[in-house]
Amino acid sequence: MEITFNLNGTRVTTSQNATDTLLDYLRETRKLTGTKEGCNEGDCGACTVIVEDEAGPTALNACILLMPQLHGKSITTVEGLAPKGALHPVQQAMINEHGSQCGFCTPGIVMSLAAAHAAGDTDIEDALAGNLCRCTGYAPILRAAEKAAQIAPAPKPQSVPLDVPALAERPETVDELAAVYAMHPNATLIAGATDVGLWVTKQLRSLDEVIFLGGVRDLKGVSETPEAYVIGAMTPIADLGPLFAQSCPSLSEMFRRFSSKQVRAAATLGGNIANGSPIGDSPPPLIALGASVTLRCGEDSRTTALEDFFIEYGKQDRAASEFVTHITVPKAGLTDLRVYKLSKRFDQDISAVCGAFNITVTDGTVTNACIAFGGMAGTPKRATSVEAALIGKPWTNTTIDAALPAFEQDYQPMTDMRASATYRQTTAQNMLKRVFAESIGHTVSVLDVRGDAL
Amino acid sequence: MSVGKPLPHDSAHLHVTGQARYIDDIPTPNGTLHLAFGLSDVAHGDITSMNLDAVRGADGVVAVYTADDFDHVPDCSPTPLQDEPLLSTGTVHYLGQPVFLVVATSHLAARKAARLGDITYAEKPAIFSYEDAMAANARFEDGPRIYTKGDPAKAIDAATHVTRGQIDMGGQEHFYLEGQVALVTPLEGGDMLVNSSTQHPTEIQHKVAHALHIPMHAVRVETRRMGGGFGGKESQGNWLAIACAIAARDTGQPCKMRYDRDDDMMVTGKRHDFRISYTVGYDDTGKIAGIEFVQMTRCGWSIDLSIPVADRAMLHADNAYLLEHARIESHRLRTNTQSATAYRGFGGPQGVLGIERVMDHIAADLALDPAEVRRANYYADMGDEPQSGQTTPYGMPVTDGIMHALSAKLLADANYKARCDAVRAWNNANPIVKKGIGISPIKFGISFTLTHLNQAGALVHVYQDGSIQLNHGGTEMGQGLFQKVAQVAASEFGVSMDAIKITATDTAKVPNTSATAASSGADLNGMAVKAACTTIRTRMSEFLKDYYGVDTVTFAANMVTAGEHSLTFSDAAQLAYQNRISLSSTGFYKTPDIVWDRIKGTGRPFYYFAYGMAVTEVVLDTLTGENRILRTDILHDAGASLNPILDTGQIEGGYVQGAGWLTTEELIWDASGRLRTHAPSTYKIPTASDAPDVFNVSLWDAPNPEKTVYRSKAVGEPPFNLGISALLALSNAVSSCGPSYPALNAPATPEELLNAISRARA
Repeated sequence: MEITFNLNGTRVTTSQNATDTLLDYLRETRKLTGTKEGCNEGDCGACTVIVEDEAGPTALNACILLMPQLHGKSITTVEGLAPKGALHPVQQAMINEHGSQCGFCTPGIVMSLAAAHAAGDTDIEDALAGNLCRCTGYAPILRAAEKAAQIAPAPKPQSVPLDVPALAERPETVDELAAVYAMHPNATLIAGATDVGLWVTKQLRSLDEVIFLGGVRDLKGVSETPEAYVIGAMTPIADLGPLFAQSCPSLSEMFRRFSSKQVRAAATLGGNIANGSPIGDSPPPLIALGASVTLRCGEDSRTTALEDFFIEYGKQDRAASEFVTHITVPKAGLTDLRVYKLSKRFDQDISAVCGAFNITVTDGTVTNACIAFGGMAGTPKRATSVEAALIGKPWTNTTIDAALPAFEQDYQPMTDMRASATYRQTTAQNMLKRVFAESIGHTVSVLDVRGDAL
Repeated sequence: MSVGKPLPHDSAHLHVTGQARYIDDIPTPNGTLHLAFGLSDVAHGDITSMNLDAVRGADGVVAVYTADDFDHVPDCSPTPLQDEPLLSTGTVHYLGQPVFLVVATSHLAARKAARLGDITYAEKPAIFSYEDAMAANARFEDGPRIYTKGDPAKAIDAATHVTRGQIDMGGQEHFYLEGQVALVTPLEGGDMLVNSSTQHPTEIQHKVAHALHIPMHAVRVETRRMGGGFGGKESQGNWLAIACAIAARDTGQPCKMRYDRDDDMMVTGKRHDFRISYTVGYDDTGKIAGIEFVQMTRCGWSIDLSIPVADRAMLHADNAYLLEHARIESHRLRTNTQSATAYRGFGGPQGVLGIERVMDHIAADLALDPAEVRRANYYADMGDEPQSGQTTPYGMPVTDGIMHALSAKLLADANYKARCDAVRAWNNANPIVKKGIGISPIKFGISFTLTHLNQAGALVHVYQDGSIQLNHGGTEMGQGLFQKVAQVAASEFGVSMDAIKITATDTAKVPNTSATAASSGADLNGMAVKAACTTIRTRMSEFLKDYYGVDTVTFAANMVTAGEHSLTFSDAAQLAYQNRISLSSTGFYKTPDIVWDRIKGTGRPFYYFAYGMAVTEVVLDTLTGENRILRTDILHDAGASLNPILDTGQIEGGYVQGAGWLTTEELIWDASGRLRTHAPSTYKIPTASDAPDVFNVSLWDAPNPEKTVYRSKAVGEPPFNLGISALLALSNAVSSCGPSYPALNAPATPEELLNAISRARA
């Protein structure tokens, strides 16, 4: 494929295979070795670069960015962050505050900090959740970010989208996508490549037919009706935290803890759903809200309840050449919804259990309950027995305790490296206790006491 | 004088601009070949067939090696036992063991081909658990090693209180951000230039020479920097360097090998996991009368560095506490897993955690403040009674104690008492989210326990323009060693830092070096450099005295002053050169006064001890086990610090790494012996929000009583141990849930914490 992009300010056109990664291109073809390979799976951030498109600049992991994803975009690597001989404010602050030791993670850290600096983002722990440092304990890096934040970012000229030719494997409208997918039903659809990227870098798969979705403009973005949000499949996960910040803080916080800044910027809601993973974090809350998914095949569209989309492990209700166009999320449950993500490490970790509770209590009685979990079964799944044990009952500790055994009817979770079956079952039950405890005013989150120990 | 100044890391500018060059960044000529290992799929078994046709036929493959291609399969072990063949010689001993070697035209081609091997095995029973290894008597050395002082059994019998318990602590993946990597360039006449990411260039040189059957003089190893080491690059780099050297010899091309992260975690060794059980007798104040430890550790399939690691765990079973009657029994178990290896602390933290658990358990059983129980047991401070006769369980007098004073200062600075009260008040008011506070001191022994390793060499050149080139046997892995040693050189010559050029560690410049390990880097190499500088300075000084007919010559502020004559250092160098004065010197240092018999367990293995202490406060969700570190206060002893900011960096980083070991970093093998946590997606080291919200670190700042370089102390490993306070804080939070001692194991993952809460409530 003939790919065109800007690299550190210079326009480049190059012929690349669909599975060539940006990291290998930078290091091996361009000899730009400032960008490092730490894990080759998007978990350590040593390969972080800044990629800019019409939506603005963002930090991304170069190791799982496939070259065709960069068509029409502008890439800045650590080598291009500051004019030759000069330092970006975050680079100077990292030196002044002793933010590097072995230095191997440092270029990636610098790029993440530079992206945060440009955006005026002061939640540095979040900005760095996807950048592992094994030497410093992060303390001097956080100090450096604070210092750099005191210097205003240089005004950035309005970025001009690159004028690039269309690519056959990169449709630009839903209609084009439907047509090309109909002709190539075996093609792998690639949105953010945060999962497919690992097929390439870890499973060493070669992908025969691919369709890159990054150019399909009408799949991106959120529209709103009085009753619902309609979220395009190509909407990045990064947009969802802010979307629900006011209406449902726990849902917003779940999306904040969803992987890392770099991954959220690349990953899409459509990908997280269509991929069918039993441990994807977006399906449980969306199921609990009664969301539906709309799919398209050729000229035809259909809509199905999201919970019905997941049939069994590895199998979704998606026919050949059919793709997700958007997800419709009713607003009605947002006030009641509570979402709890539980993982071994607090930030940037795949959930052991993700629980979503949409429970309505009217005059002390449970009038509605829609509860869904990830990590508890081969698919994201409703807790219908638990719901039944709650609906119509008084909202009391007794009701909660009485409902707990129902979890075992709904779920027989597995043991793996993230958690044992027993732990999953217990914490799923405890999450219901947490909903109740929160409703009667107890502190239920470790985050609520941070900053107390001054 | 530059010694003692908080100068930044010498490579900081190169780091932040991406210009710092690691092995994989070195430009290589066209034709450079790339290597990958094919790995075993079973934990224990005999290879019954190996069909590598698909490997040989894969795109880009240039050569494939198996054990059959060698008369003597090269050994990769760092020990004389030579029990680590480069490629399996017919039996595989762990899942992930290299079985064949692919040489290909690209890194990706080598990786792809390495997956195409068709190998069948006759599987054998594998040993994974402590129980199975003990039952099978699968161990290194003949039996357990035992150190005894006094009569612990009798003392325990006679004690008012007796407590028994056990703690399991997991291993730890190093997760150096730069994986293992080597690049070997064949030179004329069969010589080899090796660029290796190693803490031990001399070992790489030795093993490559051994593998190629050539003298060490034909192999030159150069290491400018590592992207992290932490002990993981003390012996584990041998495999890659040896493989590359063989392929380079046979193909005549430069050969490079770097492990993909998953391969790195599957192939290489990790921190030793330990199970430590204890029986302790004590009085009403918690003062220990007698104690018995049984330490078990799973060493993996080969001996590697397990013997000195397990020794060091025994040597730290006392930590900061005077034990009059003690018995420490150590089992070094052989299991069909990756060969556990050096990792920051080298067994010390495991031994320390054993007795810190005991202190915590005693305090819980007596309902006393853990700080008071510890104070009742600390070694006396130097100058205080009872100073004489205060020895460790291995008979070494402790003469440099400062724990009482250091502890008192930290607890006051951290407002410990009031915060304990606040934590209790919080817990009384909150049924779900609990707080906890924990403290842990450290007394860490400094010196290699293999006494002959306590030596170092240096090479210093002063050029005729007054610029100075510095070389020594230590390696830079991020700890700032090069800068600290450069500060020593600059101070010795009275010049500014820009006069000093730091150069890569190079076996052609300084021979017969020890690993940069055991926290010894600055102690040993700083002294060797100081010696070299002193030699040159003395020559210049003697010359100038003669030349000017004066009695004294001083070096300061880039000037050399001889009586009333004052000249710049560069003019002095130029003058000395013109008068045929040698301006180059080696330097050598060996640590004095140490002697150690590891079989008897007696002597003075350590030149001195480094001390420190931490107070950690946490919050714990008792419904899920989720937790956060709210605040950490550390007071740490780096002697008269060579560079307080670099030392602070070691303390902050060491603490977080130690806390990671004991909280989220969990290694999980499945029933077949396959490591399931072999990438950062499943193995979770701390990320930014796991660092304490409030993180106060101070230096004790008093000179080392021993004559170390500028009276500084080693700082690489000791603060790692302070992460133990995070585990104890979590245990404290768990204790608020119920009456029983929770016996929290490590890593205290959310799941283990929930289990401990159940135990506390029982």
